[in-house]
Amino acid sequence: MELFLQLLLNGLVVGGIYALVALGFVIIYKSSGLLNFAQGEFLMLGAYVCLAILEETRVPFVAAFLLTLVFSVALGLLLERVVLRPLLGQPLISVIMVTLGLSSVLKAVVQALWGSHTRPFPPVFATEPVMLGPLPVSQGYLWSLGCVALLLVLLTLFFRFTRLGLAMRATAFSQQVALSMGIPVRRIFALSWSIAAAVSAAGGMLLGAMRGGVDGSLAFYGLKVIPVVILGGMDSISGAIAGGLIIGVLENFSGGYLDPLVGGGAKDVAPFVALVLILMVKPHGLFGTAHARRV
Amino acid sequence: MAGALSVPAPLLRLDAVEVVYDGAILVLRGLSLSVPEGSIVALLGPNGAGKSTTLKAISGLLRGEGGKVTSGSIEFLGERIDGLPPEDLVRRGIFHVMEGRRVFEELTVEENLAMGGYTRHDRPGLRRDQARCYEYFPILGQRRRQLAGYLSGGEQQMLALGRALMARPRLILLDEPSLGVAPMVVEEIFRLLRRINEEEKTTLLLVEQNARVALAIAHHGYVIESGRMVLEGKAADLAGDKTVQDAYLGGGQQAGRRARTSLIS
Repeated sequence: MELFLQLLLNGLVVGGIYALVALGFVIIYKSSGLLNFAQGEFLMLGAYVCLAILEETRVPFVAAFLLTLVFSVALGLLLERVVLRPLLGQPLISVIMVTLGLSSVLKAVVQALWGSHTRPFPPVFATEPVMLGPLPVSQGYLWSLGCVALLLVLLTLFFRFTRLGLAMRATAFSQQVALSMGIPVRRIFALSWSIAAAVSAAGGMLLGAMRGGVDGSLAFYGLKVIPVVILGGMDSISGAIAGGLIIGVLENFSGGYLDPLVGGGAKDVAPFVALVLILMVKPHGLFGTAHARRV
Repeated sequence: MAGALSVPAPLLRLDAVEVVYDGAILVLRGLSLSVPEGSIVALLGPNGAGKSTTLKAISGLLRGEGGKVTSGSIEFLGERIDGLPPEDLVRRGIFHVMEGRRVFEELTVEENLAMGGYTRHDRPGLRRDQARCYEYFPILGQRRRQLAGYLSGGEQQMLALGRALMARPRLILLDEPSLGVAPMVVEEIFRLLRRINEEEKTTLLLVEQNARVALAIAHHGYVIESGRMVLEGKAADLAGDKTVQDAYLGGGQQAGRRARTSLIS
């Protein structure tokens, strides 16, 4: 039972990070039909930038966290302006390839600035675990879960109740119709890149703080986004959240229960097995719309 | 606005407008028309004549589809507007209600209306106009919290109109408001269009396949064919003209030619 709870908790913590990254991916896909392959690099860059701020200024983690979010928003705006806008009107596949190139460039920039070895992250959370019933839980995990939950709630409220959030959903439904009401669609795209960069960066910072170090492997979290969004549905925000948590938990359960039996590796394979099974029943993912709209 | 002339300048004027799609396909070939302030003008013609393209040229929505105004001019309130982005045009008072009642299906009725007023920031005014929308279309008031995707065809068309009203435009461009709407509801929608024109003083430029209902509420009508104007006249005259039937249904060259000689000269 204790193992079960421990695995479940680990799964939710990691799954929450997956959910953040997947959310960014879905937001860009919904608003512009683009698959952004640089999502994992946004995560990695966020962790490095946060670390740099902590090292240079010695501000508390919360301040560095918020500053990094501001940086990511600015980065999203900049990328939209200098990388994506010039490609307006080009075939979608070309633009998608450009995001692949963007991921390489971001990786290279990080290595050039901060090297490729693991850099220690200053301790953020108190080290002694909290007892949840019989279960010792690290404080970092709880903070991370709380932080992810808060971000997800804020974003949900944003999409449901603010003018800008509604305009983003309207644009996702149809760019032409959104344009016809005077919604500045290009600014909406820029905003979607900003949000995508910021939520991923948040994931990266939490990971960095929990692991106590950052390195280039953080970008691999971007790869996890593919099974997550296919599972949840490419165009569904709640799907991204559910998909992230499910994949996170599945990974940990198969790591904990199957790995001892098969001699390792189940953790990495399980999400894809689950993916295949779920897609056989629900080809558009758990929450996706059947008529995949090209928006 | 009228200046020294006794005849006031029209609200909207197209002068010899040419539209090319994808750099090669000529859709409008020197189309001219004018829409006086406060009027309802019907734009009729067969499928593919360029009616929707005309509206998109005015509202700036051509760009998103690879179309471009290559020559001629479009003036609104005496200023050139061709080439301006749609958001500027909405702010200037032109609102395009696109064909096929394109409501935001995943947004509620109320949220759809809010999107119609996106360019405005005067909250009290927006609240007033929302109330007015529910007055014109009581069914929308009853369904304000429902997702627009669950409305019937007629209700979606009403929502598309309500969304236009929320922007407080001077000119509404309407593309086929009768499309996919039950005949009884079509009558109701056109009655409401006339009411909106009279009560809100909103000018309407109306593209319609159903010439009978369009001419019943319009003051003036144009018939276009293959991107050119072939007929124009008072709505009542056009409605009485037998050749109009043939012209807007795409009926043979003969009808068109006869019409041209009889009405334009």
